[in-house]
Amino acid sequence: MAGNTLAERIIGKAAGRNVAAGEFVIAAVDVCLLQDGTGPLAIRQLKELDMVRAAHPERTVLFLDHAAPSPRKELSNDHMLMRWFARQTGAVLSEVGEGICHQVINESYTRPWDVVIGADSHTCTAGALGAFGTGMGSTDVAVGIALGKTWLRVPQTLRVEVEGALPPAVSAKDVILTTIGRIGADGATYLALEFGGSTVDAMPMADRLTLSNMAVEAGAKAGLIAADDTARSFMAAHGREKEYQPIAPDPDAEYAEVLEVSAADLVPVVSCPHTVDNVRPVTEVEGTPIQQVMIGSCTNGRLADIEVAASMLRGRKRHPDTRVVVYPASARVYREAADAGYLADLVEAGALIMPPGCGCCVGVHGGVLGDGEACLATTNRNFKGRMGNPEGFVYLASPATAAATALAGHIADPRKLKVKA
Amino acid sequence: MKGAAWVFGDDISTDHIAPGRLFHLRSDLPELAKHVLEDADPEFASKVQPGDFVVGGRNFGLGSSREHAPTIIKLAGVGAVLAESFARIFYRNAINVGLPVVQVDTSGIETGDKLEVDLGTGTVRNLTRGTELHFDKLPPVMTSILRAGGLVPYVRKHGDLTL
Repeated sequence: MAGNTLAERIIGKAAGRNVAAGEFVIAAVDVCLLQDGTGPLAIRQLKELDMVRAAHPERTVLFLDHAAPSPRKELSNDHMLMRWFARQTGAVLSEVGEGICHQVINESYTRPWDVVIGADSHTCTAGALGAFGTGMGSTDVAVGIALGKTWLRVPQTLRVEVEGALPPAVSAKDVILTTIGRIGADGATYLALEFGGSTVDAMPMADRLTLSNMAVEAGAKAGLIAADDTARSFMAAHGREKEYQPIAPDPDAEYAEVLEVSAADLVPVVSCPHTVDNVRPVTEVEGTPIQQVMIGSCTNGRLADIEVAASMLRGRKRHPDTRVVVYPASARVYREAADAGYLADLVEAGALIMPPGCGCCVGVHGGVLGDGEACLATTNRNFKGRMGNPEGFVYLASPATAAATALAGHIADPRKLKVKA
Repeated sequence: MKGAAWVFGDDISTDHIAPGRLFHLRSDLPELAKHVLEDADPEFASKVQPGDFVVGGRNFGLGSSREHAPTIIKLAGVGAVLAESFARIFYRNAINVGLPVVQVDTSGIETGDKLEVDLGTGTVRNLTRGTELHFDKLPPVMTSILRAGGLVPYVRKHGDLTL
């Protein structure tokens, strides 16, 4: 019998038996997540079921992050409903300004081997800690919260094996965008992605979170990475070393497919409107005018991302025709970026520091585009209408490409920019 | 089920169906439903008739986990969504809200074609073109949820989640 992939190992533990891809199981759920765009519907479903309760309130977390702070009375009322549910059930509330669900859940709650379900498609970010994180709808997560379990079909796995050292100014974002460009926006539908190889082994947790975050953009159910000493250090830095347990796939695990990526061959890339798999080398789209640069989000709003942007913008000014909004992924990131002087560098360069949250990524507020305007963002989606206007255009790229673009006023190649000390 | 086809292309995202700029309407689903699929076809919501079908190409419903997307398609009176392939979360959400989803080769269907969909036998008849297509049945757990009318009525009936 073949060994198990990460997905099979984790779901097997949650189902209480050995499982193989293709099986349907009832799995115990360890962590549940709701956010302010999906939580109110989940709560209304539980009210309708007369099941306003949480099987594991200490690991049920409600996030006010998509409209934070609220720009409209309707959304303020939604926030009130979420606070009410937390009070009723003892679930944890992550208030306005505390950060984006996928950053905070992985800083403070996710453990390797966990099954994490969230009413947000980027719940797959938890895969970076060796947890089976998967996005579901409001009702699925509502039932998971109340009953402490969910049903799953054990997915087959597409292994992405990245080998070698990344060239200068090429980052984890370029790795994942290139991968999605190769396999397509539905290249991993119903599959789990599993990232490994020497490049991934050497990546800090911030970069691994970027890879896992975008697994869903290839249609994947999860984006898993083995939990090793890097995961242990990350958890220790957040006071959770005791919750660490290693996990790796079996050496003889059976994969649906293995995709090999040579890190040395990668270049900075840009995902062009209006699909994430429309990926081009930056050199092909260099010069495209950009009116807004957005640095942040659950994909690239971590301290290391802000450090890259600050190091490139330090002592320089944004292009006068290009506004720059920066969204740190959590309050912790915000404070650390302030302490390190990065926020001051960015403000000096003409950037606007926004509250930790999703902001304009999902088109609610804080950087909605005008007709015909283009934004280059470090976010994860560029669908038509994504940034609040179907007449707008969103390009996705790394923090380095975003910083180079902010200076040039058009899409620019970060390899051509010298970093000031 | 009989109705007319409304054909959309590949990669219809949840932002086409329920855009982020209408985030504030998510707790007012009948109002949000007036904008269903607005960014793919601004006139769809005002023209669709009860029982009509939404017909997509590849990867229908990609993107966010917002269950509001299949919910407002259902609220608009759509009988079922047919597509060559579906994004995973949308597919599961559609079943959970009691909206039938049919994975079938949709390449020969054009807007306005009269379709007859039989979920029991897994058949799509194109009455306009005289063609017939067949589709696979849902896995048993999804069939049970859809038969109950969605996940809320399913859990109310069973008080639990079982395979």
